[in-house]
Amino acid sequence: MSTLHTVNKSPFTDNCLHSCLLLCTNEDALLLIEDGVYGGTSQSPCAEDIRAKIQLGVSVYALKQDTLARGELQVLEGITLIDDKDFVRLSCEHQCIQSWY
Amino acid sequence: MIFTVVVLGAPYSSAANSTALRFCRAALEQGHTLKRIFFYGDGVHTGSSLSAPPQDEYKLTEQWQSLIRENQLDAIVCIAAALRRGVLDADEQQRYQKSAANLSQDFTLSGLGQLIEASATSDRTITFGA
Repeated sequence: MSTLHTVNKSPFTDNCLHSCLLLCTNEDALLLIEDGVYGGTSQSPCAEDIRAKIQLGVSVYALKQDTLARGELQVLEGITLIDDKDFVRLSCEHQCIQSWY
Repeated sequence: MIFTVVVLGAPYSSAANSTALRFCRAALEQGHTLKRIFFYGDGVHTGSSLSAPPQDEYKLTEQWQSLIRENQLDAIVCIAAALRRGVLDADEQQRYQKSAANLSQDFTLSGLGQLIEASATSDRTITFGA
């Protein structure tokens, strides 16, 4: 059963992104929202783990509006920027939605 | 698809509240059904009709109220969380002998059973955590 994981906390203030990456399997998708988008930058303490997950086939996304609202953050290569409609579509494509907060 | 949406963040103090609003709008625009929106924890402040932000600011509670009204959505505010935080309807105002009731008419006070029932009869349940 594939899961959509959403993470809304910055890895600089909370370790929920780290915990999520430990449990995220290849068929899952990870969506960074709100302050969670900081986790997808090259300075993120989880940057290497995210790169490794992308290599393993995990789809990683970030909400574009939330990256823009935080100073046009540049996310890692391999992270797809999406809008709210795509967020809804991903929620339909995965059987379960796990929110990390 | 049928969605149940859980909102744990208060308006103006957590981004979760506005993200949930954006998600609900996008889901409705795409023709999905929102079975129920359940406001829990600090999210219960969304139901206050007394929120009065400055005129030139985004009116988050009003936006929720109009979304709920225009789409005739079932918006439940958790009663236990609401009473603790001073969000009361007229019945609870009388019961607890308080000076005012402030729950917007677009919302209903009820219990966690409403969340379980909605979850059990929806395709997806999504939580917006504070």
